[in-house]
Amino acid sequence: MLCGPNGAGKSTLVNAIAQTIPYSGKISWKNENLSRMSSREIARRIGVLSQHNSTGYDFRVEEVVALGRYVHTKGILNRNNDDTAARVENALGLCDLKDFAKRSILTLSGGELQRVFLAQVFAQDPALLILDEPANHLDMPYQKQLFELIAAWVAQPGKAVISVVHDLSLAKRYGSHALLMNHGKNFGFGPVSDVLTGENLNSVYGMDIQKWMQEMYRQWK
Amino acid sequence: MLIICAFFIAVICISAGSVSLPLGDTLTVLWKSLIGQSIPENLHANIILKLRLPRVLCVALTGASLALAGAAMQGLLRNPLADGSTMGVSSGASLGAIFAILIGFQLPGLPFSGTMLTAVAFAFLSLMMILALAWLLDRSMSTNTMILIGVIFTMFSHSVISLLVAFAGNKLQSITFWTMGSLASSTLTDALILFVSLAVFGTVLLFLWRELNAFAIGEENAQHVGVNVRRIKLITLICASCLIGVCVSIGGNIGFVGLVVPHMARLTVGANHKKLLPVSMIAGAIFLMLCDLAGRTILSPIELPIGVVTSLIGSVAFVLILFRTRKVGR
Repeated sequence: MLCGPNGAGKSTLVNAIAQTIPYSGKISWKNENLSRMSSREIARRIGVLSQHNSTGYDFRVEEVVALGRYVHTKGILNRNNDDTAARVENALGLCDLKDFAKRSILTLSGGELQRVFLAQVFAQDPALLILDEPANHLDMPYQKQLFELIAAWVAQPGKAVISVVHDLSLAKRYGSHALLMNHGKNFGFGPVSDVLTGENLNSVYGMDIQKWMQEMYRQWK
Repeated sequence: MLIICAFFIAVICISAGSVSLPLGDTLTVLWKSLIGQSIPENLHANIILKLRLPRVLCVALTGASLALAGAAMQGLLRNPLADGSTMGVSSGASLGAIFAILIGFQLPGLPFSGTMLTAVAFAFLSLMMILALAWLLDRSMSTNTMILIGVIFTMFSHSVISLLVAFAGNKLQSITFWTMGSLASSTLTDALILFVSLAVFGTVLLFLWRELNAFAIGEENAQHVGVNVRRIKLITLICASCLIGVCVSIGGNIGFVGLVVPHMARLTVGANHKKLLPVSMIAGAIFLMLCDLAGRTILSPIELPIGVVTSLIGSVAFVLILFRTRKVGR
């Protein structure tokens, strides 16, 4: 979980890891320099949950999800592997989208569209999934559903998730490790419970976060 | 089925015209010339083989090329109004061709190659200029910015063309003739060139359907799923401008085919480029053959230039599409 105040450099960091922005320095993937890899080699390793693509064309849900298999096509003609259909079907199932497969993406709500792109990245089957504030613009049930889906996915062997999260409760609930950033620098990294402490948050955010959270949640008792 | 349809329309277009010929005769002549038999005198073989066939072939190939280029650009730029004529690429190509006519630029031994080369080069250069300008003005390259710049660029090229025409002197006639946008005097050589260009660049585009799908959904998303965004963009733009440039250099400025046809195709087969590209291509051939037929027959014996017919249909369609995108988007 990647936490910190606005402007701390969280999005910049994940974009650099995903190789979508230029940066100085070196980012390695198991001792291989990521910036030397082709787009395909990167996409086989790293998947990014795309944000709010407001396309004007009426693609079907299954067509969008099938694009996740793009990196696994072979040869100059980009032939599909035999298991493409099964993989797409599986990703649709994971995200509870089976009934939506033939629907046009223009008819979906924001939360449904987010799930379609999640299914796409599941179909892509990367080892590392990068999320930049995935719960943005989603209502509570969708937030919960999204994080449950991602938690189930990352439970598979050899998978990892890096997620920028503003909601510190979500970070505590779903994260194993946290990186707290401030002014573009690493403020603290380690298991969530060690990093997201009242003291650390206090100095990074300049306010007593813990007290505020407790006040907020007390209202529900 | 579309291919069969296209074939029948081609035969009809060959037989109809100021001299109307029976369909059966047309088929007989085409068949006999294909298998190399001699053709009976009375069947208007000359009209069919020397005038109508090259013309209809050129019209069909031009329609196919323009529609395919339009469909590919609309997917790539995520802009349903993108097309050679709306973006100013065709006028850029015209400028190149006229420039070549004026200075008499030609490759040795190959007549017309000069016009073609400069048209293709200018088409590509204009496309790059338009895109660079659009990118500088508005990083999101929104539909409106692109169209606005297309309009400005078209006006700019037309004013330069007028300037060139003013200095044309004795070459004025060939320039005027060329700008009318007519495929009336096409030869079989023209058809062959169009065919080769479509076979090469069109095939490349047809194979890029996956990547174009990714672009149509979103450039960022395309990058995330592993598309080499910069390379695919460049390949698509080169292929599209080559197709447009070759068409312009042979048939003149035939507007709006690449706008109207992919739009109709999208309404029938959906946005997936796997189907959209080939359907647009064949539908483009049919559309332009029908436009040509209309131009030849409606006011017969006066012939309307084909560019006039497509522009008439195209501008109405343009407004309709604009209305639809307004309602759906933003």
